[in-house]
Amino acid sequence: MDACGTQAAAAAAGGEGTQRTLYPYVTGNSVIAMKYKDGVIMACDTGASYGSTLRYKSVERIKAVGKHSLIGGSGEFSDFQEILRYLDELTLSDHMWDDGNSLGPKEIHAYLTRVMYNRRNKFDPLWNSLVLGGVKKGPKGDEKYLGMVNMIGTHFEDNHLATGFGNHMAIPILRAEWREDMTFEEAIKLIEKCLLVLLYRDRSSINKFQIAKITTEGSTIYPPYALKTNWGFSAFENPSKGAVGTW
Amino acid sequence: MDAGTMGSASDAPTTGEHRMGTTIVGVCYDGGVVLAADSRTSTGMYVANRASDKISQLTDNVYVCRSGSAADTQVISDYVRYFLHQHTIQSGQPATVKVASNLVRLLAYQNKSMLQAGMIVGGWDKYEGGQIYSVPLGGTILRQPFAIGGSGSSYLYGLMDHEWKEGMTQEEAEKFVVKVVSLAIARDGASGGVVRTVTINAEGVKRSFHPGDKLPLWHEELEPQNSLLDILAAGNPDPMDH
Amino acid sequence: MSSIGTGYDLSVTTFSPDGRVFQVEYAGKAVDNSGTIVGIKCKDGIVLGVEKLITSKMILEGSNRRLHSVHRNSGLAVAGLAADGRQIVSRAKSEAANYEKVYGEPMPVKELADRVASYVHLCTLYWWLRPFGCGVILGGYDRDGPQLYMIEPSGLSYKYFGAALGKGRQAAKTEIEKLKLSELTCREGIVEVAKIIYGVHDEAKDKSFELELSWVCDESNRQHEKVPNDLLEQAKAAAQAALEEMDAD
Repeated sequence: MDACGTQAAAAAAGGEGTQRTLYPYVTGNSVIAMKYKDGVIMACDTGASYGSTLRYKSVERIKAVGKHSLIGGSGEFSDFQEILRYLDELTLSDHMWDDGNSLGPKEIHAYLTRVMYNRRNKFDPLWNSLVLGGVKKGPKGDEKYLGMVNMIGTHFEDNHLATGFGNHMAIPILRAEWREDMTFEEAIKLIEKCLLVLLYRDRSSINKFQIAKITTEGSTIYPPYALKTNWGFSAFENPSKGAVGTW
Repeated sequence: MDAGTMGSASDAPTTGEHRMGTTIVGVCYDGGVVLAADSRTSTGMYVANRASDKISQLTDNVYVCRSGSAADTQVISDYVRYFLHQHTIQSGQPATVKVASNLVRLLAYQNKSMLQAGMIVGGWDKYEGGQIYSVPLGGTILRQPFAIGGSGSSYLYGLMDHEWKEGMTQEEAEKFVVKVVSLAIARDGASGGVVRTVTINAEGVKRSFHPGDKLPLWHEELEPQNSLLDILAAGNPDPMDH
Repeated sequence: MSSIGTGYDLSVTTFSPDGRVFQVEYAGKAVDNSGTIVGIKCKDGIVLGVEKLITSKMILEGSNRRLHSVHRNSGLAVAGLAADGRQIVSRAKSEAANYEKVYGEPMPVKELADRVASYVHLCTLYWWLRPFGCGVILGGYDRDGPQLYMIEPSGLSYKYFGAALGKGRQAAKTEIEKLKLSELTCREGIVEVAKIIYGVHDEAKDKSFELELSWVCDESNRQHEKVPNDLLEQAKAAAQAALEEMDAD
């Protein structure tokens, strides 16, 4: 609501010329992802905010792309939907060639980096941070892939990634605790630790999460669920105890 | 989506674009959908129209609730109506709610930098029954069991989360949306007037009208009177002497 | 043929005095001399089959396909000039993709057939264009169920229960007519189509051929795709067995 107001004001103040640098309206927050023993695991909450209103609570921000990839998106939700349409077109035409080849996560990521960079050069960016993960058979056996690209086209690969607030709050945890050979169970525990921190400290997050994994077997997106939170610190119940001079 | 965003050059409270500081609602029930809206259109602080119709027809079986700029949303619905008409002729059957919503989305998304339009598309088709699609400001599209929009909707989130339930009957749904919109009218200065509803199901479309003086009274609202004289004549309780 | 030497068969924009457009009819000849293609509508989907004639032993197996996917849930079989067919396939793909972009749901098969037919017809209207030397069978599965269309070089298109084009079309059509299509499943259908293609193949005149089979049905999750290899081999074996049985009689 206030988001749209500011935008209109900017348009009115500009007066002449076209106004293309937009404000995001409906936005999704952090996506967290990491490699583990068998592939890549990705997680986010299912919320989409409208300014500071938590307007939508059941949106899917992780999607399967083709057979070997997962995409996670944060930022403007309409742009994310548009990107999904691009990817759908891309994978469909790839499928229709029917030549036994298929696009892997590396190719999808490369495609997205070009789309994002092109749009920012038109001063009409797609307002998103995207995470791309996947596993595909390569010449050296199964190759795990995890990369991201943002609204200005900056892109890189890493063993663990997080967008939005997660970049501030989840990355330190991942840096401290991530290992190459984590089992699925260990990976889930670590991801949930990050999600909980974000739930406590990111005001636009909600307690409804979706986790997805991708291995050589293909992708699995698990149904949304909520995590137990902890408020049992004694200092929470009685904050003034032992603190002289406070109430 | 309020008057505050309007032309900074304007001093008079009546200048600027017509905008619909609005309350719009769409609800799915067992067998169809109900759309509802208030009827206030403002230019700045002035109520330009106190009985506007913010629920526009797109096809026989699809309607749209409009919020934001009156001009923008009219133009979008005009285009969509035209495209749907063409599409109906070409395909030889009624357009689906999904198709109508996607056209609204397409225009809203592709022209997002020039539009102030938040819409709720609702309707019925033989393939998927009653459906509600929310198309908020940036051109996102989301199918939902119920949707709210406009400036008045901020007063309704908690209420909807609390009171909306799956599988209402048509009567329950119609009563529900009138209650909800009238509550928003009671708190949102940009919403007001009458409550209009449109019910769409397999049988067809039913419009109804709930005038401003027949809406329920909420917290700290009073029963309207003809005159103070009537109250005095009735010998009512003690005047508030000081 | 009466047209030859009269001058009325040189342009697609000139009618003959009895109201015919000979260039379009000649385009039909390109189809009639092609390998046979067959499409049937079964109770749960569509099966398309192609007798792809192999012009040289050095051609890579599986190349020069005459069966194409047009979208997730529709496919196209080409009889006649394969290169002309690819042009039609390309148009059909963009029509289907564009429809989905604008309307947000998959293109109904009927509308796809209409659009492709319009395109084919358009090429019979201008002196600087040549009509397509191919006919196509379009099979798809939409919310109204499986549907089958055939589009001729003239731009005519009709909806069919079973259709055939190419050299063996007459024999193929009589065979299709014998099938109980309303009771047949696609799994059974692929065997029947294989039998028909093997049956109409003229080993004396044409050397070798490759059987191409595709389907869109409940079993393929309403996706148009090549019939899985094991099923294809089974169908081939069944067709060959049926042929040998006939020869034995």
